[in-house]
Amino acid sequence: MSPDPQSQGAPKPRRYKPLTMLAAGLAGLAGALFVGWLALPPGLQAALFLIIAPAFVYFLISRRMGWSDRWMVIAIPLLWFFVFFLVPFFVLGRISLAETMIARPPYSPLWETDRDGNLEIIASLENYRFILGDALYLNAYLSSIKVAFISTIFALLLGYPIAYYIARSPEPRRSILLLLVILPFWTSFLLRVYAWIGFLRREGVINNVLMWLGVIDEPLVMMQTDFAVYIGIVYTYLPFMILPLYANLVKLDDALLEAASDLGARPSVTFLTVTLPLSMPGIIAGSMLVFIPAIGEYVIPALLGGPDTLMIGRTLWDEFFSARDWPVASAVAIVMLFLVVAPTMWLQSVQNRQEERD
Amino acid sequence: MKRGWFLPIVATLGFAFLYAPIVSLVIFSFNESRLVTVWGGFSTRWYGELLDDGQMLGAAWISLKVGAWAASIATVMGTLAAFVLTRFGKFRGKLLMTGMITAPLVMPEVIIGLSLLLLFVAMEGVLGWPAGRGMLTVIIAHATFTAAYVAVIAQSRLRDMDESLEEAARDLGAGPVRVFFDITLPVIAPALVSGWLLAFTLSLDDLVIASFVSGPGASTLPMVIFSKVRLGVSPDVNALATIIIGIVALAVTVAGVLLMRQSKRMR
Repeated sequence: MSPDPQSQGAPKPRRYKPLTMLAAGLAGLAGALFVGWLALPPGLQAALFLIIAPAFVYFLISRRMGWSDRWMVIAIPLLWFFVFFLVPFFVLGRISLAETMIARPPYSPLWETDRDGNLEIIASLENYRFILGDALYLNAYLSSIKVAFISTIFALLLGYPIAYYIARSPEPRRSILLLLVILPFWTSFLLRVYAWIGFLRREGVINNVLMWLGVIDEPLVMMQTDFAVYIGIVYTYLPFMILPLYANLVKLDDALLEAASDLGARPSVTFLTVTLPLSMPGIIAGSMLVFIPAIGEYVIPALLGGPDTLMIGRTLWDEFFSARDWPVASAVAIVMLFLVVAPTMWLQSVQNRQEERD
Repeated sequence: MKRGWFLPIVATLGFAFLYAPIVSLVIFSFNESRLVTVWGGFSTRWYGELLDDGQMLGAAWISLKVGAWAASIATVMGTLAAFVLTRFGKFRGKLLMTGMITAPLVMPEVIIGLSLLLLFVAMEGVLGWPAGRGMLTVIIAHATFTAAYVAVIAQSRLRDMDESLEEAARDLGAGPVRVFFDITLPVIAPALVSGWLLAFTLSLDDLVIASFVSGPGASTLPMVIFSKVRLGVSPDVNALATIIIGIVALAVTVAGVLLMRQSKRMR
């Protein structure tokens, strides 16, 4: 039954280099064709489709025998993400160059033929000039970064001691506490933000308790302020801060702490010179997990913030749903992509590479 | 190391911060008074009103259907992507694929929602499919962004898994498809279950992406809740929250008991 190890051995990793190149090339071609396709007038599109589709089917059939399973396995997820994740950004970019029109859909086509049959490209940077020239958008970008930054600091200040406490707890309690941190994540995010309305309102729980205790005479105004937005963000994303910090702190070697105290360091000195530097990766990971989603946040400023709480996610939402200006909303999204998302993605890739090296 | 008073106090405050709003939601769902924060006596009146609210029930049903479909598609796509990235060595498009399955994790929801909507509108204009927006477009959108999370989970499980099992099966003459279904899949199945659950939860929870890509007649539960909550607190939302919290608590308890039993059997 058992095969001869000499003759079988470990199978050689098979290479299908030309085929995978073909796969990537085809996917790229399909994307380029799709983007170009969008620009064509409907009549031409239909005609081209009648030519391309049978050709493609013929191509598939004639080549099928030689194609490996491997190629198909790669192609399925690659195509899915390509069509539904990458291509949308090209569409976004193309519509950010269009003009708003009263039509369905409400933007100008990319091409137009004039009376002489000449193709005319309708693409302008007008939307970008508009949002970069308007202080509202600039303020929204800056204030998103400010709100996200301050919330991250608060989440770190609260999350670090909790993570440390959990990591230093004896075993049965540690698992239970960890479960308690994760549990709220499984309940609805929207309902947890909603819960804070009941807390922060003028006649909400906090004001009622403080008045009853006699701490304040007048109810505090907490709803519809930046304070409420900070609370909401810290509350929602606290587990994302605690978990990476915990994962880091739980690996901390007790011997290091003992060595420091044996050498006469006070606990605060030990913390600053041993624990804190060693937990830096956890701090960075946790902060990223809070900062990145906080920047684009829509629900929290919409429910807890006031009308003057500017955040870019909310600006984009209003531009799309209230103003119904699709091209400007697209331009806001593209600028957001370049100003906010690209740097964080770059930072994360650098971090990943560092981790791989370690 | 001696522990001071500081850590337990901060930890207690932290957990109070995490749970106080949830506890108050539950308490006030049994409140007779319409004023959510003034106690007017015990009653289950809001649960009754919730059951009569056809719009809410319909939306909940749509959310469940969307979540189940999206999570299933996401599990297939995420697992395939993770398998390809961990087992196929180097191939052209690997970098592209890695980028495309990690980017949704850091991409703001408003951007994903808007860009997907624009894609669907453009596709409808060009291909005539998908015709209009509704449940199908929400399913596609949710499947795409949750697949990234499934891929992360599946990838870490595939990396940890003992590859000699697969090699042994291949040495015994099993083809790649057989190896995948007979060896790899059963080994990583628990990770895929938790991936499916995560995708399902994320889909049930999503408001922003669904608001962009949904159409008339396909409002998901978060969309209905949001439109209610925007106008202020309403007690039937509290009742709904209590039901959801109850289901989650029950599921976690059951999962915990099952896991404990399994680990006992393993020992």
